[in-house]
Amino acid sequence: MDEIILQASNVSYAYDEEGAPALQDVSLSFRAGEMTAVLGHNGSGKSTLAKLLNGLYIPTEGKVTVCGMDTADETQTWNIRRNAGMVFQNPDNQLVASIVRDDVAFGLENTGVPTEEMPARIEEALKQVGMLPFIDRGPHTLSGGQKQRIAIAGVLAMLPKALILDESTAMLDPKGRREVFDTVERLNREKGITVIWITHFMEEAARCRRAIVMHKGKVAMDGTPQEVFSRVEELRAMRLDVPPMANLACLLREKGVDVPHHVMDVEGMAQEVLKCRS
Amino acid sequence: MPIVIENMSHVYQPGSPFKADALTDISLTVNDGELLALIGHTGSGKSTLAQHLNGLLQPTSGRVLVDGRDINEKGADRRALRQRVGLLFQYAEYQLFEETVYKDIAFGPKNQGLTGEELDKRVREAFALVHLPEETLEKSPFELSGGQMRRVALAGVLAMNPGVLVLDEPIAGLDPKGRDELMQIINELHEKGVTIVLISHNMDDVARMATCVAVLDKGHLAMFGTPREVFSRGDELNAMGLDVPQTVQLCRELRKGGLQVPDCLTDEELADAIALALKGGNVNA
Amino acid sequence: MLKDITLGQFYPVDSFVHRLDPRVKIILTFAFIVGVFLGGGLTAYLPVIAFIYVAAKMAHLPIKMLMKGIKPLRFILIFTFVLNLFFTGGDTVLVKAWFIVITKEGLMTAIRFSARLVFLVTGASLLTLTTSPVVLTDGLERLLSPLRKIGFPAHELAMMMTIALRFIPTLLEEADKIMKAQMARGADFESGNILQRAKAMIPLLVPLFVSAFRRAGDLAMAMESRCYHGSEGRTRMRVLKVTKNDYVAALAVAVMIALTCVM
Repeated sequence: MDEIILQASNVSYAYDEEGAPALQDVSLSFRAGEMTAVLGHNGSGKSTLAKLLNGLYIPTEGKVTVCGMDTADETQTWNIRRNAGMVFQNPDNQLVASIVRDDVAFGLENTGVPTEEMPARIEEALKQVGMLPFIDRGPHTLSGGQKQRIAIAGVLAMLPKALILDESTAMLDPKGRREVFDTVERLNREKGITVIWITHFMEEAARCRRAIVMHKGKVAMDGTPQEVFSRVEELRAMRLDVPPMANLACLLREKGVDVPHHVMDVEGMAQEVLKCRS
Repeated sequence: MPIVIENMSHVYQPGSPFKADALTDISLTVNDGELLALIGHTGSGKSTLAQHLNGLLQPTSGRVLVDGRDINEKGADRRALRQRVGLLFQYAEYQLFEETVYKDIAFGPKNQGLTGEELDKRVREAFALVHLPEETLEKSPFELSGGQMRRVALAGVLAMNPGVLVLDEPIAGLDPKGRDELMQIINELHEKGVTIVLISHNMDDVARMATCVAVLDKGHLAMFGTPREVFSRGDELNAMGLDVPQTVQLCRELRKGGLQVPDCLTDEELADAIALALKGGNVNA
Repeated sequence: MLKDITLGQFYPVDSFVHRLDPRVKIILTFAFIVGVFLGGGLTAYLPVIAFIYVAAKMAHLPIKMLMKGIKPLRFILIFTFVLNLFFTGGDTVLVKAWFIVITKEGLMTAIRFSARLVFLVTGASLLTLTTSPVVLTDGLERLLSPLRKIGFPAHELAMMMTIALRFIPTLLEEADKIMKAQMARGADFESGNILQRAKAMIPLLVPLFVSAFRRAGDLAMAMESRCYHGSEGRTRMRVLKVTKNDYVAALAVAVMIALTCVM
């Protein structure tokens, strides 16, 4: 249970030699079955981190390992990417084939999975994201949230240990966002898949077990969402949002209503406020 | 400059097997200086409605009046009339095409026939409204960040000097900083007296900013009123697949628990209401 | 106009013809075209027409659908017909008025060439209407793969076709959106002479290209992260198998070709 799936040790990464490094001396480890939110505004280095974690980028300094394999070891590249599957932001730009079935098969074909094994794995992956009825459809007939679930299925079919989602809900409407988050959250809970959830939406981060805040290429905060979101002033200074309830909690304390720092959601807040009555 | 929509319907591909009712019998009025929020889930007809406001789409039946004149009426100067309504599309940064930000902003007013000093003034005025550093004007729009590009696109629409601004999900896909900056610009424009129609999925923004809210559901106008009126009908909104702002959700929860607080739209208002209710509760106890 | 082009459009029903191996269908389509050109006399086209009719019926294709594919070609057809009619020399003069001379040979040639053109398009439509683009690409890749030995990029070509097919609807939608956005800024795509109109396309084409490149970059990244590394060590989901039905189809085409040669 405590096995470390993804690990970054003193990792720095620069896109070019002159420019400021996008990531500076970052050390993080992600344990099996963890679901971690990564926050930070554009340019904070969170997307770079994601691409380092599955070997799309190789660190300029330091070392990244996926299931014990060093991403700098070129003989392991495909093993690494199969184990740390990645889903990107734009639902239109990551599906390859014009039929769902063929798209989910893409990764399997690339990794040389025998043809006879494919149908069962494709169907299982689609079932897990609730998209099996759409197996013969074209992606352009699907909603944004549905397309992202197909992208997740394409990764799941490769039986990964970890899923890295790089702002995969940023371009979706609230319904699509919920669809995709719930799907991933369930995969984490039921299948024990390690999840790195990069997002701008604080409500989503509040539902993860761990939250990391990136700022200027470094890890600024790392803890439970309750711990992170209680540091309202610091988050604001980094131009990040706080979940609406955390903001309200702050205002209430100023008015002498003693609600604790860590309330994240409406239900929790209602309970805390009602407790203050007696 | 009021916009009046009278019994407007829009049918896609009428008379073909793919015929679809996009909008059905919509009537509403947006008065001067209002900020109308248009909400509804994807496919409810919001974007279709928005494209009727400046004549990109024409109603199958019914009328759209800007300043009391039908924008689709033959003979009238439709082009000029339609340009009184500026429309910022979703992901508007993808419409930029010129070599410099300046030239891109100038595209609209140039099409209106402006030249020379007048054009220059328009471009600079519009550019000033979106709070970008001065040197950006001479940069290529493709060097900018996503949020900055979107603000350039907004300046391009503002440069046409519209009396009404229609914004189709202006903050979609931006990071929190980008969202903040853009919402602030919209707020400032509203305070300057520009009439705004805002399509949004973010109910917290709608609660905070809108003066009136129109709810679309499957092409029908399901509700129309102040944010307070609309958000008090939470169950109906939920049934249409829409959320209510978290503040309103909390008020509902608190009332269920026996603490009497009225529906509040902003955090500040709610904090006051809770503090007051709790004191009241203590006195009664 | 665009919606009239049936060439390249798939008619999604299940039938004997739809289920045929795409490789066999591609080869048979070529054989069919060769057969059409082998036939000389007008009677030779009877078996061709019969073949097309039977094939369309078996594929559950409405004949109308097949005919629609010819519509965009009508100008070329008229042009071919008229050109051959007037400029083919011959002995048997049918009509002679002013400088126009129509000979029997001319008339025959005109009919022959127009008919060939029609059959060519119908034959190709028959293939694309009954074979989904994905399967067609797959068949093409495997047919061409022996050529890989001499350096022909069969897999890469097929991958490009796959991606193009996938992105055509996306880019069409995007073009529509950008066009509307520029129209909202007062752009005029409809009036003016050719030069003005071409210039008016710049605000549409620049963003469209920029976006296509951005998408290409994103897609390349996504494909790499899904372990794509060319055709090496790649397995395939779709199994292509030549069945009894394919032999039946091949026989039918052979009979048609034989008949056109004899008649």
